[in-house]
Amino acid sequence: MISRRDFLKYTVKGAAGLAVPLAAIEIVNPKKILADSQGIGKTRWVFLVDTYKCVGCGFCVKACKIENEIPYDANVTRTWVERYVNTKDGRLFADTPKGARDGFTTNKIDLGLGKFQDVKNEDIRRSFFVPKLCNQCENPPCVQVCPVGATYQTPDGVVLVDRTWCIGCGYCIMGCPYGVRFFHPKYHTAEKCNFCYHRISKGLKTACVQACPFGARMIGNIKDPNDPVTKIVTTERVGILKSEYGTKPQVYYIGLDEEVR
Amino acid sequence: MKNHVWRPLFAVIGIIVLILIARLFYVPHDFGIHERGFMYGWYRNNNIEDWKQVKVKYQGRDYCKDCHSDKYESILKSPHSIIQCENCHGPAIDHPSDPPKLAIDRSRAQCLRCHFPLPYPSSGRAKIRGIDPDTHNRDFQCVTCHNPHKPNLSIR
Repeated sequence: MISRRDFLKYTVKGAAGLAVPLAAIEIVNPKKILADSQGIGKTRWVFLVDTYKCVGCGFCVKACKIENEIPYDANVTRTWVERYVNTKDGRLFADTPKGARDGFTTNKIDLGLGKFQDVKNEDIRRSFFVPKLCNQCENPPCVQVCPVGATYQTPDGVVLVDRTWCIGCGYCIMGCPYGVRFFHPKYHTAEKCNFCYHRISKGLKTACVQACPFGARMIGNIKDPNDPVTKIVTTERVGILKSEYGTKPQVYYIGLDEEVR
Repeated sequence: MKNHVWRPLFAVIGIIVLILIARLFYVPHDFGIHERGFMYGWYRNNNIEDWKQVKVKYQGRDYCKDCHSDKYESILKSPHSIIQCENCHGPAIDHPSDPPKLAIDRSRAQCLRCHFPLPYPSSGRAKIRGIDPDTHNRDFQCVTCHNPHKPNLSIR
């Protein structure tokens, strides 16, 4: 039988004992120490797309597929170009035949299932091209849902997939609000744009940026104040896709419009 | 406690120990929680190196400059100067050792990527001159008449 005096003593000791580890964990928070010492790296890759400059030639898509060894004739691609056509009678069409791998070489809008819509040039009110790629979100939902730790964000902000670790469950493909992920037809693992990580880490531009003849695509380091991309993103009017999801996408667009999703 | 409690308990502890030992060998040592914490930074650290080892295929026009200086300079004087060599000639990879010869894309479709007329307002495409591929010498390659390095017929 425990005395009342001992019961109170143990209660106080126990409470103190429980409080200590909590405080100790707070002191050695590795994330905080690292952030204080070096600010989690000096690089954060971001992308800038100028939709006014894009002509829909699709050289970026072709270069990306070859550079990143995505089977050329499979209907999957890490980056693609969308065409938006808004007609004078208020209809909206959008297409991206084969991800615009071969560009846009016809007036006809690809409606899918082999159907095409002919839109006369004089009926067009507004029309433009929008290149799409992985947004390398600051809060990537695809990474959150991975049950095995096969997809992750590198310290410089790029989201990568570990092909040896991916179990192919497809949660990340469902979780991405931008639809940039797909299964690699050869490796059967989740696949996505990684800003050509093998190129940017060597100081090269991504394959799509290099292939674009019109300068519609740019890659830069947002932590470098002298980077041309940083200057535009911080001083000009740029848009992001689906900001309402809270994913903080890091691909910025000049000339976005409400019909672009 | 009684035997009937201890025996299954030992079995359970044994299974847990086995799982932990298997995990020790199966999970790579660099797998763990990294900079961005458990939610975004739970991964195998060496995978970053794996991705950096991917082969670079598109080398850029500076790679071509020294050996093909005549071609390099001729295209720089034309409106096609903005187009990278490899967009038509294919990725250099390790040319000239591998591949020794690049396959040039001379197809009409290659030229039509930009020169099919799509006069879309607010897109750069509207400013590029185009041809109707159904009526403009339809059975010939564009390069029969137009040199892509000097595309203007009058200065050919």
